[in-house]
Amino acid sequence: MSEAAVEKALDQKMNTVPLKMIGKDVSVYYGEKRALFDVNLDIRENTVTALIGPSGCGKSTFLRTLNRMNDTIENCRVTGRITLDEDDIYDSSIDVVELRARVGMVFQKPNPFPKSIYENVSYGPRIHGLARTKADFDEIVETSLQKAGLWNEVKDRLQEPGTGLSGGQQQRLCIARAVAVSPEVILMDEPCSALDPIATAKVEELIHELRANFTIVIVTHSMQQAARVSQRTAMFHLGNLVEENDTDKMFTNPDDQRTQDYIMGRFG
Amino acid sequence: MTDVASPTVRVSTRPAESRRDIGIKRRYAAERRFRAYGISAIVIGLFFLAVLVWSVVSKGYTAFQQTTITLPIEFSEKVIDPKNERATDPKQLQTANYPVLARDALVKRLGIDPKKRPLVKQANDMVSDSVRTQLRDIVVADPSVIGKTIPVTLLADANIDSAFKGQIDLTVEESKRKVKDQQVAWMNELAEAGVLKKSFNTGIFSFGASSRPEAAGVGVALVGSAYMMLIVLVLSLPIGVAASIYLEEFAPKNRLTDLIEVNINNLAAVPSIVYGLLGLAVFVNFAGMPRSAALVGGLVLTLMTLPTIIIATRAALKAVPPSIRSAALGLGASKMQTIFHHVLPLAMPGILTGTIIGLAHALGETAPLLLIGMVAFVVDYPGSPLEPSTALPVQIYMWANEAERAFVERTSGAIIILLIFLVIMNLGAILLRRRFERRW
Repeated sequence: MSEAAVEKALDQKMNTVPLKMIGKDVSVYYGEKRALFDVNLDIRENTVTALIGPSGCGKSTFLRTLNRMNDTIENCRVTGRITLDEDDIYDSSIDVVELRARVGMVFQKPNPFPKSIYENVSYGPRIHGLARTKADFDEIVETSLQKAGLWNEVKDRLQEPGTGLSGGQQQRLCIARAVAVSPEVILMDEPCSALDPIATAKVEELIHELRANFTIVIVTHSMQQAARVSQRTAMFHLGNLVEENDTDKMFTNPDDQRTQDYIMGRFG
Repeated sequence: MTDVASPTVRVSTRPAESRRDIGIKRRYAAERRFRAYGISAIVIGLFFLAVLVWSVVSKGYTAFQQTTITLPIEFSEKVIDPKNERATDPKQLQTANYPVLARDALVKRLGIDPKKRPLVKQANDMVSDSVRTQLRDIVVADPSVIGKTIPVTLLADANIDSAFKGQIDLTVEESKRKVKDQQVAWMNELAEAGVLKKSFNTGIFSFGASSRPEAAGVGVALVGSAYMMLIVLVLSLPIGVAASIYLEEFAPKNRLTDLIEVNINNLAAVPSIVYGLLGLAVFVNFAGMPRSAALVGGLVLTLMTLPTIIIATRAALKAVPPSIRSAALGLGASKMQTIFHHVLPLAMPGILTGTIIGLAHALGETAPLLLIGMVAFVVDYPGSPLEPSTALPVQIYMWANEAERAFVERTSGAIIILLIFLVIMNLGAILLRRRFERRW
C-alpha cells in the first residue's frame, strides 16, 4: 500500500466516527466586542478534541458555548447553531439544566465544593435524581472516583473535605464529580494549567481512559499536551478557527501557515 | 600551532564606585513614622475606651447592690382588715394600709416610743414606699398570713441605701442632707445587728419604672427590648436576605437597580430619628397602631436595620468565589440550587455577622423610640408587643434625667447591662463566624 493510500484509509476511518456536536457559524459577542467569528467546528464522538491557540483567541469562549456557560455572563450573545445529537442546544425547547447534565465541565482551577469528598461526587446525581437509596449513591461515588483514578487514594476518607486534597487530586475529584452525572460530553478548560507535571501526567492518562465512554473537548495551552491526549485538534486565532485536523497531521504537516508558526513557537 | 591560549585572568582595575543613593534610610524612616502614627492612634483609642468603661463601671457597680432591712412583720388583722370584710369585699386586701405594718415592725425593733411622731416618721422614712406593694402581694397571694408574724426582707429607702454605700457626705450640716443623724445612728445599729445589710440587687433586673429609685429596674424595659429584637430579627433577616439575593444574583444590572443600590446605601446613613418620624407618621398615625407599643418600635427598627443587613449580605454573597458558582452551574444545578446549596451556606457567616451587628445597633437605638412614644413610664410587664412598653436605652435616657443620687448609679448600672448585652451579641457574631467559616 502506498503512503497516500494509507493516509486515505486513515482519513476514511476517522471520518466514519459519528459527530457528537456540530457548531455552525458560531459567533459570540461580549457587548459590542465580537469574540468569535463564524466558527464551524464538529466534535466527534468518543474522541478527544483539543482546542489550541494563543491567549485571547476565543478557544475558551467556544468551549463555553458548548454547554451554554456563557449564559451566565452578562451582555454575552451567541449566534449561529450548535447541535448535540441533532438538538439545537440554543433552542428554547432545550433546558439549560438538562443540557449541562449532558455536557459536563471541568474548570481551569480545581474548584471542589467546600464539602466532603462524598458530597462533592454525589451532588450532581442528587440534584438530577439519578439515585434514590444510599446504596445507589455509594455505588455512583465509588465508580465515579474509580473512573477518575482517585478511589484508592480517598476511599478511606470520603467524609473529609474535598478542599483538603492536593491540587492534582482536587482536579481529579472535579472530573469524578463531572463523570458522576454520566454526561455524554465533558468539556475541560485548561484542566492541567494549575497542576505540577506529575499530577498533569495523571490527568492526561485519565483523559485517555475516559475517551472510551465520553466525548471530550479540551482547551490547552500546551502543544505537547494537545499532541499527547487528543485525536483531533482545532487551532484558533483572533476569534477565528484557523484549522481543524487530525492531531498527528496538525503537528507534523499543518495546512495553515499560522498553525505552523504557532506550533513552532513563533507567536503565541 | 599546538599551544593552547591560556585564559588570562582579568583583574578589575576599576575603582569601587560609591553606591547609588536609592533612599533606603528615607523609606525606612517613613515606615517607622507610619507605624508610630498607627500605634499612637490605637493607644489613644484604648485610653478613651478605658476611661469610658472605668467611669461607667465605677459609678454603676454599686447599682448591683441593694440595702435591705429584714424585719419580723406582724400581719395584724387590725391594720389589714379591721372590719373583717375580706371574704365579701375583695378590694379590702388591695387597699389596706400596708406601710403601717412595716413602720410598726421597725418602730418596735428600734424601741421607739410610738407616741413620738417625728421619730416614728424618721424611722418610717428608712423603709422604701415599695413595701406597700410588696406586703400586699404577700397577703393577696396567701391571706392565711394575716394574724401571723413572719420575717420579711424589705428594701431600704434610696437615701438610706446611698448613705449605707457611703455616697452621702455626712460632714454636711444635717439640715442640708436627706439623711438625718438619728437615721444614720439607727442604720448603724441595725447593720451591726445584721438586720440591715447589702445584698445582690435582683430588683434592677426585674422591676419596672418607678419614681422610687430602690424600686426601679430595667426588667420591663428588657422585655420591651426583647420584643423589639424578636420583631426585628423575624422581619429584617428574611426580608433583607431575600432582597440581597434578588439584587445580587437575579436582578438585571440597569438604571433602576443602580438607583435602588444607591438608595439602599444612602438609607443606611439616614439619621435614626428620621425613621422615628416615619414610624410615627405611617405606623401610628396612618395605620393606627398603638402608641408606645413594642410592635411599632420593632417595625421602625426593622426599617432602620434593613439597609445594614442588605449591605452586609450583598458583600457576603459577592465574596463567594465565582468558581463555586461555575462548578455548580457546570454540573447542571439551576440558579436557585446553586444559590441555596452552595452560595448561601458560604455567605452565611457574613450574613449572620451583619445581622447581629444590625441587631446590636437596633438594641442601642433610642431616638426613633422617643418619637413613637416608647419614652413612657411603664410599670407593668407588657404581655404582648401591642401593649405599652419601653426599651433599655430609653430607660437609661429617662433615668439620666432624674436628679436623685440613687438614679445616677442606676443609670450607670443600666448602661453596664446594655453594654453586657452588646458585648454578648458581638461575641456571638465572632463565634458564629469562626464556627461557620469554611475555606475554599
